[in-house]
Amino acid sequence: MIGSSRYWREVPQRYRYEAAKCTKCGKIFFPPRLVCNGCRSREFETVTLAQEGVLETFTVIRVAPTGFGDETPYAVGIIKLDDGVRITSQVVDCDVEKLNIGDRLRLEFRKVQEDGESGVICYGYKFVPAN
Amino acid sequence: MDSGIIGYGAYVPRHRIKVEQIARVWGADAPSYKRGLMLREKSVPTPDQDTITMSVEASRHAIRRAGIDAQKIGAIYIGSESHPYAVKPSGTTVAEAIGATPDIHCADFEFACKAGSEGMFVAMSLVEANQMEYALGIGADTSQGAPGDALEYSASAGAAAFVFGKEKRIAECEHTYSFMTDTPDFWRREYQFYPRHAGRFTGEPAYFKHVLSCAKKIMERSGTTAKDFRWAVFHQPNGKFPMRAAKKLGFEKEQVEQGWLSPTLGNTYSGSSPMGLSAILDVASPGDRILMVSYGSGAGSDGFIWKATDRIKEVQGLAPQTREQLENDPIYIDYGTYAKFRGKIRKLAN
Ligand SMILES: [Zn+2]
Repeated sequence: MIGSSRYWREVPQRYRYEAAKCTKCGKIFFPPRLVCNGCRSREFETVTLAQEGVLETFTVIRVAPTGFGDETPYAVGIIKLDDGVRITSQVVDCDVEKLNIGDRLRLEFRKVQEDGESGVICYGYKFVPAN
Repeated sequence: MDSGIIGYGAYVPRHRIKVEQIARVWGADAPSYKRGLMLREKSVPTPDQDTITMSVEASRHAIRRAGIDAQKIGAIYIGSESHPYAVKPSGTTVAEAIGATPDIHCADFEFACKAGSEGMFVAMSLVEANQMEYALGIGADTSQGAPGDALEYSASAGAAAFVFGKEKRIAECEHTYSFMTDTPDFWRREYQFYPRHAGRFTGEPAYFKHVLSCAKKIMERSGTTAKDFRWAVFHQPNGKFPMRAAKKLGFEKEQVEQGWLSPTLGNTYSGSSPMGLSAILDVASPGDRILMVSYGSGAGSDGFIWKATDRIKEVQGLAPQTREQLENDPIYIDYGTYAKFRGKIRKLAN
């Protein structure tokens, strides 16, 4: 069961990639946080993440958790975005055997999970080859 | 009219299946399907793509070309026959994702393959009536044909989105006209997974009657003939029908080829003629006149006459072009993968 209230609270991050940028030292946090770990400031402005980046590392999931069984094998990677922010995401529309560290990726809006056949559908970001 | 298109965008999924793959499974003759329907392959959505995800991508492309703040969009209308929920709008998710909430009017439209052009018509009409500065109309579908049915060779996935406004138009709307009658050529009842159609009846009294009548009347009312248009795009249930309609109306191949996507895209239903229009806008020059006629079973056609402005050249390169998405790096899949992607295999939940 997917908590639809938690999913709903995260909509600004999942749908619009809204991050918090420290107005004092410029550090960007995704997801947003209350206190900057760089300068202890509590003042942030909302910024949108860069939507392209480079694959820094990844793993291939062959035995998936419940709800993702149809997608195996699939890749989950850490992507360093062009604004310097690192983000963990599924990487799709690619042959996992041919995926390489350093590959250029871009963000797309996709279905992330659904709560069975009758439950809520959760949307969010995934990454695809940029070419 | 004072209103028109200020931004446009399309989205084509990367996966494809060839006609041969489908024909092989059902013991059908691939060459005769390819010849008869003029189809070679079609787009296939992955399990994580649906009308909402494709609408978001197409809308982001359209907004980038329009160069506007999404907060100023006053309405969003998505036409589709494959809205992911039976009850819960697609439009609110798309509006939230593009950053257009909460000052916005949303509605999901349905009318077989015509839902996209009716969303465009209503969005543009509200701008024309000064109800809002900008409005977004989208046609998107991930349609399914029953396994082995003729529709399985064509039913595909894609989306196109258009931002309407009065300032900074890239295409003016010169005329609109719609033609409707009650015609039971294609339908799907509640709780049925696959649609049904009336076989050969879907041709003459359905598609051709409505598309040709709509095209003839809008040209008559605007005092134009086929020669006055640089481009034309008609609904594309397969490769053959739009080409035959074009010929009957006096259009040459050069006028329809650019927007004729179905041979390698398939029938994207509500996305069909809107995506064809997007491919035309990708290459249109200032002053080019474009005829667009959609078709939806049940039945009706929406006609539009667009005229590209000087601004068209400035926006063409601002987002991925339609044919570029259609032609670059497709991923071909076999029928087994296709059946899994489209949920055609009965299995235990995992
Ligand atoms: Zn700081």
